This record gives sequence, structure tokens and C-alpha cells, in this order.
Amino acid sequence: MNITLNGNTKTCDNISSVAELLSDLTLNPETVVIELNTKIIPQDEYNEQKLNDADRVEIIRFVGGG
Amino acid sequence: MLSVNEHSCPYRDGQTLIELAKKFQPDADIFIINGFPTSADVTVKDGDTISLICRGKQPTKAEIDSLLSARHTPGIQKVIKQSTIAILGLGGLGSAVAGAMAKIGIGKMLLSDYDVVEPSNLNRQHYFVDQIGMPKTRALHDNLLRMNPSVSLELVEKQLVADDLPVYFGKVDVLIECFDDPAMKAVALRSILGTMKKVAYVGSSGMAGFGSNNTIRTQTIHPGIYLVGDGVSGAQPGQGLMAPRVGIAAHHQANQTLRIILGEVERRADIE
Repeated sequence: MNITLNGNTKTCDNISSVAELLSDLTLNPETVVIELNTKIIPQDEYNEQKLNDADRVEIIRFVGGG
Repeated sequence: MLSVNEHSCPYRDGQTLIELAKKFQPDADIFIINGFPTSADVTVKDGDTISLICRGKQPTKAEIDSLLSARHTPGIQKVIKQSTIAILGLGGLGSAVAGAMAKIGIGKMLLSDYDVVEPSNLNRQHYFVDQIGMPKTRALHDNLLRMNPSVSLELVEKQLVADDLPVYFGKVDVLIECFDDPAMKAVALRSILGTMKKVAYVGSSGMAGFGSNNTIRTQTIHPGIYLVGDGVSGAQPGQGLMAPRVGIAAHHQANQTLRIILGEVERRADIE
């Protein structure tokens, strides 16, 4: 399956959910904001939110400091 | 034409500063022409910009508003004065954003933090040594009113959680995220995208260390939703937060807020 991640094509083998995508990217689920096909995904739905072929995923990641 | 204390005044041949002072500032004891201090008996020239100051006398709120109006042009100042912003987190970013917005005469600011001023904050945050131990909300309140007493301030002394954001900040024109904690930065952006459809937003990510000035940028996430920073320079051992680069990011945030208020960039309500 291929998804578009922040504008680039990404091949996702063995990745079926948002949580698995974050784990693959080694991103902390708490410090990112995820839009799946322009919809904001609440943080408590990362596990059950499935990814499908041709999904468009935007990940905005935050680093600390202010 | 002359400009005297930001007021336009017709030029007359042979006019001296002391004559102008009688009309504009009778108690003046400091006389400035085009930025240079001079004496009261000096004759002015057409086009001069003149400032007549009475040492120790503070301008009233109305005088400050009128000075800002003259400096920024009345149309622009009216919009700034009618606007309400909120600042989440009053650290290096938040205290600097607040200072910039107070100085330009923003109408109202909601200031939110739950922390007290600590010695380690003073390498970048706009507090004073004698304010160590004070809640940041109250310390900043005092400092901002010394910069511009005409700004209206509301303090939210609370460790915010996601559900608080629309309750406290759902009605402001621009919400400025200046949190330190990356998880709270994400909470704030999720909240603004999910629950606050009309509020414009200026967030932040990546301004630690002393890397290039020019990697700090203002990025559009969606119309009315902006993110400032280099996106990668998190605070960590060996890469601390320091006043210069944090200040660059803070003033990106402040200027983007001003641009939103003045309609130079899209607000969210424009498209919904």
C-alpha cells in the first residue's frame, strides 16, 4: 500500500494504523498532530485509525522549547 | 509643516522651541529636534520633527494612544486597539511576544502560565532579577503595564489541559502558542484545528541554540494557522534556549499576529 506522507509517496508494508506509522517513523504520538485526508485525528484514536491505500497523511511534529 | 509631539503643526518663519513648548508642553525641559537634544531658544526649520518632554512626567493613557495613533497611522491603530490576543506560556517566546504587542498598543491580551519566575529563566525571558519567585502572569502584567498602561490584561493562572483551550480562548482574534512542552504544543494545535474554527493561530517549534537566523521561518499550515521556527532545534543538553534566537522566533510570532490582525494574511473566518 502507498500513502502520501507530507506530500511524498511512502510505501507502507506491515503498517495498517496511524499508531504503527508513527512507530515506523519513531515519532512520539504525544508530540505530533496528524491529519488524515484533511481530518484531524484525536490522539486517543491513533491505535484504531486504519490507513488505506492512497490516503493522504500530514504529520506536524513539535520539538520542545519556548 | 512641523511634527510636534506627533501632532502636525504649521511652520512659521523664526519660530523657536520655547514658543512651541508654550502651546504643546508648557513644562518641557528637554527639547529634541530630529532626534537630537538641543536648547529651548533654537529656531526650528520647516519639516522638523520635534519632541518636547517634561522630565519625570508620564503621559496619560489617552496621550499614549494618541502617540501610537500618530506613529502607526490612525486607521491601523484603531484595528490594533480593537483586537484581542491570547498567549499560551509566558517563557522566552511568550514574554517577548507580549512585550512587542503591548508596545504597539494591542487592545487586550489574555496571558496564561502556571509557573513562577526562576533564576534559570532570566537568560531569555523578559523578567527582572527582583521578580524571581513571582508567578509569571503577575510579573509580566506589571512589566507590560510599565511599557504601555493602556493595554487591557487578563491573567489565566492555570496549568492548561486540552478542554480548557476553547473555554478560555475561543473568542480571541489570534491565539499564540508559546509553550515549552512539545506535547502541549501538539495539544494546542489539535484543539485549534478541531474545536476553534474561527480563531487564528500562531504556533512555534524549533528555536533552541544559536543556529542560523534564517532557518527560523513562518510556515502556513492552513489559512489562518501558522507555525514559526526551524522545526528541528529542540531544547536539549548542549542546545539550550537563548535570548537571541528565541527572540527571533518570538518576533516572527508577533509580526505574524499583527499581519493577521491587519488583514495582510488570511484569517480563518475569511474562508468559512
